[in-house]
Amino acid sequence: MSEDIITLLKENVIQGRKTQDDEGIDEELTGPGVVELTQSALDHDISPAVIIKQGLTAGMQVVGEKFSTKEYFIPDMLASAEAVGAAMDILKPLLEASNVETKGKFAIVTVKGDIHDIGKNIVAILLKGAGYEVNDLGADVPTEKIVEIVREYKPDYLGLSALLTTTMVAMGEVIEALKENGLRDKVKVLIGGAAVSNEYAKEIGADAYCVDGFEAIRVLDACQEAKA
Amino acid sequence: MPREGILIDTPFERMTKEQVEKIHQASMEILIDPGLICFNQRATEMFNSNGAQVTPVSPSDHPCWLVKIPEKLVLDALDNAPKTVKLGARNPHNSLIMKGEEPRVFFITGSETNIWLDVEFPTYVKKSDPDTEIMVPEFKPRRGTVADLCQSAHVCEHLETLDGYIRTVNIQDKDITEDNKDVNKFFASLNNTTKHVMSGLTSLSQLDNVVNMAKLIVGGEEELKANPIISFITCLVKSPLQFVDDTTETFIEICRRALPIVVSSSPQAGSTAPIKEAGIMAQINAEVLAGITLSQLVNKGTPVIYGSVPVRARMDTLGDSYGAVETSQYNIDCVQMARFYKLPNYSTSGVCDTKTPGTQASVERLFSDILITLSGPQYLHCAYGLLDCNSVFCLLQAVLDDAHFQMIRFFLKPPRINETEIAETLKQIREVAATPQKLYISYIRRVMRSGELSAPYPFEGDGEADNVFALAYQKMQQLLSKPVEHIDQATTSKIFREIPGILPRLNVYEEGR
Ligand code: B12
Repeated sequence: MSEDIITLLKENVIQGRKTQDDEGIDEELTGPGVVELTQSALDHDISPAVIIKQGLTAGMQVVGEKFSTKEYFIPDMLASAEAVGAAMDILKPLLEASNVETKGKFAIVTVKGDIHDIGKNIVAILLKGAGYEVNDLGADVPTEKIVEIVREYKPDYLGLSALLTTTMVAMGEVIEALKENGLRDKVKVLIGGAAVSNEYAKEIGADAYCVDGFEAIRVLDACQEAKA
Repeated sequence: MPREGILIDTPFERMTKEQVEKIHQASMEILIDPGLICFNQRATEMFNSNGAQVTPVSPSDHPCWLVKIPEKLVLDALDNAPKTVKLGARNPHNSLIMKGEEPRVFFITGSETNIWLDVEFPTYVKKSDPDTEIMVPEFKPRRGTVADLCQSAHVCEHLETLDGYIRTVNIQDKDITEDNKDVNKFFASLNNTTKHVMSGLTSLSQLDNVVNMAKLIVGGEEELKANPIISFITCLVKSPLQFVDDTTETFIEICRRALPIVVSSSPQAGSTAPIKEAGIMAQINAEVLAGITLSQLVNKGTPVIYGSVPVRARMDTLGDSYGAVETSQYNIDCVQMARFYKLPNYSTSGVCDTKTPGTQASVERLFSDILITLSGPQYLHCAYGLLDCNSVFCLLQAVLDDAHFQMIRFFLKPPRINETEIAETLKQIREVAATPQKLYISYIRRVMRSGELSAPYPFEGDGEADNVFALAYQKMQQLLSKPVEHIDQATTSKIFREIPGILPRLNVYEEGR
């Protein structure tokens, strides 16, 4: 029984069905989605570690493979990531109670003066789906507010997005402000968006520039490995 | 079920109703004054005995007559000509039903070019940085062969957007003579595509061999009538206003056999037709109507197609300019004239002036392909692969053309706006508005997989590299390695036994080699 649930869970991740109301790719697959199956797994006393490893992560692994062979496209990847993200929301209190650590805490914002948030949202969904605990602070966020969040929420990673050449300077300001407040070494700063580049990341002293959400996952996973 | 083609809801037209009628009137006047010079005696006699005024022209090297065709004769012919023409196919699902009043477009290849363009991809090394190498396509012209014709029909069979096949290349092998050319070009085409095959005829002596071959393939005379897998194109009137002797003779014989035939005229504005639009239009329309009139005098009910290949002259060489913008205008005007007469139309697009595939070729062909498709001709000779006016055929270009016809075909789907769609949309908008991220991405997937989204350009390279030609070449090779349904072995044996002149190397079952 519990094996069936995990197999179904993995399949629903692959199909990107967050809830029972969602359509996957295979029209025949109906019934409970990832959210319902995660709950039912817990009801059957399956441990969060097994749910994550054999259900969610194993499913995402297949999605990643399908994406790289061009069978899947970004909307598919996002649907699966969103489903996994929703499952993680259910598991989060249990993980905290049992002191199981998540992969890491990630805060993401679009900087002051910039309202572009599509790219930032996509990055947030993908990272959440990859198992990170994501705190999305929205767009056009003032530097002081970002500093406050870093101080209080203590993310391992801070993602800054900017799409305008006029607003990308705010990224440098955020890094300076973090330094002034003695927080720079507490958090790794990733930047992204059409306006910025690798060179710019170096210039302002960010830890990495990511061309897209997939690169962000690679960068964060590499950091996690280095830590372990 | 025949092929669907593309139904153009509201065809693009340039001329007003009054302008169409003015052209018609002017053409009627031309048919009386100056009339046409006819070099064919049988045609002259038929016109004469049906009330046209005929007078011998003298002195002249060849006997010829001035024929003045009265309006009544033309109108009777227009009445008698079928308004629906069926072009059959070896695979009946590939047949084309063309109704003069219905702007349903079918895309066809053509014409018969002398030169076949091969492509190779030699590697070049950058002088200032010998580690940098690139592959540059190199196009090599040579004389076309029957093997090329087989290859071209084979690839065209697999090009999804292509509805029918006009032989693309003139076969010039050493063992091809005037006498065996027709049977070989028809056999090579028919054996490698299950779509409709149209061609011109080189030698009238071969007409019955070709027709008999078609009968063997479909199973008999009645079967061929019901499913005419072959049809013919003839340019019996040479511009300006002259019935050519031998083509007219061929035309008469094809009409007698009641096989579908295109009456085509190809005047060149500036040299063989007036340079102004009104002039070339009045003349080409008169020329086509003269041919159609003859067809119905020969055999009432002959399925004829109003064929138009008008072009403008280039000012630098006085050669044809298919790339000229006016050429598209004339073609669209002709589509309108044919629709006015309720006859199916054969129109021309996609031919370009440039000699090799590339930017100019793409601009010229896409320009005319889109516009003329929008005007709604039934039989669009849109010249997959044709370059250098009508002189060069490049199979790689045909594969490239298929890609842009996919875009045109997609574009012409009707708008999907109805109660259900609106209801679904409102629900989606409300759902998304209530989320923090405000993205519709999760609704893309079903639509993406339903075929409702257009495909990206199939030959897009990675990054900044322009790999269009290399990728199209790969596609071409793939299509060539996909098998085609040849004529079955028993029928092939019969054809080789009964039809003289077909080259043994064309027998895919290797009999008699
Ligand atoms: C959509 C769009 C808008 C939308 C934004 C809607 C929204 N909800 O975000 C609207 C119409 C509102 C808009 C407004 C404006 N825009 Co605008 N906009 C764009 C456009 C066309 C696409 C951006 C986009 O969403 N791309 C799709 C996403 C998926 O890609 P992305 O954002 O790059 O994100 C990916 C990566 O970059 C990376 N990434 C992004 N951020 C981050 C962060 C982290 C941490 C990581 C790891 C990765 C990462 O991952 C993402 C996923 O793959 C761009 C053109 C372009 N080529 O970028 C112009 C563009 C950015 N806009 C531009 C301009 C000028 C404006 C306006 C100033 C116009 C005006 N005069 O009003 C205003 C800005 C107002 C303001 N104060 O911000 C210019 C900027 C030029 C410049 N000087 O820098 C651009 C480049 C267009 C142009 N060429 O002129 N815009």
